[in-house]
Amino acid sequence: MNKPLPNTYRQGPDSQGRFGQFGGRFVAETLMPLILEVEQAYEAAKRDPAFDAEWRRLLTHYVGRPSPLWFAERLTAHLGGAKVYFKRDELNHTGAHKINAVLGQILLAKRMGKTRIIAETGAGQHGVATATVCALFDLPCTVFMGATDVERQQPNVFRMKLLGAEVVPVTSGAATLKDAMNEALRYWVANVQDTYYCIGTVAGPHPYPVMVRDFQSVIGEEAKQQMQAAEGRLPDALVAAIGGGSNAMGLFYPFLDDSSVRMYGVEAAGHGVETEQHAASLTKGRPGVLHGNRTYLLQDAHGQITEAHSISAGLDYPGVGPEHSWLHELGRVQYVSATDDEALAAFQLCSKLEGIIPALEPAHALAHVIRMAPTLPKEEIILMNLCGRGDKDIFTVARHLGVEM
Amino acid sequence: MTGSDREAPQRSVDRPHPASRIAAKFAALKAEGRGALVTYLQGYDPDRETSLALLRGLPGAGADLIEVGVPFTDPMADGPAIQRAAQRALKVGATLEGVLGLVRDFRQGDDGTPIILMGYYNPILAYGVDRFCVDAAAAGVDGLIVVDVPPEEAGEIEPQARAAGLDLIRLVAPTTDDARLPRVLAATSGFVYYVSITGITGTRSATAASLEEAIPRIRKHTSLPIAIGFGIRTPQQAGEAARLADGAVVGTALVDTLAASLEEDGTARPETVGLVLDQVGALAAAVRGR
Repeated sequence: MNKPLPNTYRQGPDSQGRFGQFGGRFVAETLMPLILEVEQAYEAAKRDPAFDAEWRRLLTHYVGRPSPLWFAERLTAHLGGAKVYFKRDELNHTGAHKINAVLGQILLAKRMGKTRIIAETGAGQHGVATATVCALFDLPCTVFMGATDVERQQPNVFRMKLLGAEVVPVTSGAATLKDAMNEALRYWVANVQDTYYCIGTVAGPHPYPVMVRDFQSVIGEEAKQQMQAAEGRLPDALVAAIGGGSNAMGLFYPFLDDSSVRMYGVEAAGHGVETEQHAASLTKGRPGVLHGNRTYLLQDAHGQITEAHSISAGLDYPGVGPEHSWLHELGRVQYVSATDDEALAAFQLCSKLEGIIPALEPAHALAHVIRMAPTLPKEEIILMNLCGRGDKDIFTVARHLGVEM
Repeated sequence: MTGSDREAPQRSVDRPHPASRIAAKFAALKAEGRGALVTYLQGYDPDRETSLALLRGLPGAGADLIEVGVPFTDPMADGPAIQRAAQRALKVGATLEGVLGLVRDFRQGDDGTPIILMGYYNPILAYGVDRFCVDAAAAGVDGLIVVDVPPEEAGEIEPQARAAGLDLIRLVAPTTDDARLPRVLAATSGFVYYVSITGITGTRSATAASLEEAIPRIRKHTSLPIAIGFGIRTPQQAGEAARLADGAVVGTALVDTLAASLEEDGTARPETVGLVLDQVGALAAAVRGR
């Protein structure tokens, strides 16, 4: 296993797309030439100032970046410990961080001359972001979504259709995010000539994990400057929810070499990590290969992938981005978990105290902040990524609270 | 590296060199002046006993080489028919270990028909790559097709497979261009599996014209036998492919016949084995030019 240089956590991946032993390019031969083409195109785009300028123009004027840094004063007083700040990526156009990387990828697809976009989606946030950008650029868009998720995320399904995307319900397996990703890969194999696969998280074959991380790092870069302006220093702790892990990688990456900054990735514990009903790949899984990369996976003794469970469709994935697996084994980031019930409580508390209805995904991060803040001195600063808003989740939450709508 | 110039791998003296069965079979068929019929069925589909009966019946029905699919929960290169086959097999407790047991039982009565395991990497990783290659060779497996380990990741399994005398059969796709072909072929032994369509298994078929262009393109780069797969369903297609290349792989069409023969709850009926083997017989007749 490759060890990183002792003085940086920011040099990965290597030329094979590996973060230590994690990552890589585990795809069928039919896709391999295309993966290499994406990598080449991305390397060229990265060096092109015009590409960066166009992406940043869209982030500013279409997405509404920079997203604010918000001192959650009432929550801080309620918890009685460290100061809590939110990085408010829920205020982005389309309501989540996903659009940061979608814009980058669609600009790349256009450079590559691709004329059709596909995406997978769990909660629907990545699907909505992709459908949105495809509408803007007049590109046909097909979104693969597990049939179970289509049921529980109806508002986002309708949004995608309004935006002109075709939503394909996937019925194989447990009909959730993992199966949607399988189906998107199968469709891509059959349509390699004209199609670009816009992956929603820091997983999949190289170069997707590094590319999505690079685009999402705008979150951490902004937050670092904003924290400097607000407090004149770095935060003491970063907290973010982890499904595939794109919002967390985006927040963490620019801080990885700031050794005073502790980092917490919060996985979905579902009904509890001691049960079979959770999505805590790093806490309870072990390394394996799925969807093009080696990473921690929920699997049985025979290498069969097991179903994840979470109240949050966006965290309901049995894997995690390979860079997180690497940071987990190095101990640079602490990976913890929060249950469905803890996330529901955090969801309600945030709504009442801050007037912000968070998505169920960052509600998991908030659940950890609620546990952690009271144990820390008042001078310490916690920065949490509020990566999505909760409009899409109100039906789910109402049902869990026994409210008829 | 080609089949002929590879170094002799280490092996025990009391069993035949496993990889030699593939080379011997293609050489014998070449002498006969015909291509091979390669069949694919998923191990344990729909249960162990039926699966073993099918395996044992395949050579007699005319299969020249046998691919055994290793069930996996997330077969990302496979179409709906083989996805469902995997689900049936997993439901009755299929594991990689169990599939090796099937091969071991098959080998008791057949020492000549090459067996190739085809599947995905994660079950092999969970089993342990080193131990798997040793156990597979000992069970009588001759070659491996690991769909999601491309040449770029060959270091994962190639040394162990070579040491155990297992051929690593690689897929060449229509997207594999001339610049890339040598790299893929250099990592291949046994035979080359030409994926005739850009797509997943069993969803559509290649045109004869596209095959007539593709096979000579690959031949320029290799002396290994070439088998055509993905999308061959009928005896006529199998006959054409076996004449154009060195073999035709038929999978989904057989899996479809098997599935159609099952009870509603997915269990085998008495005629299941016979129906599948009859179809193999028809495919074999076409490959033999009858």
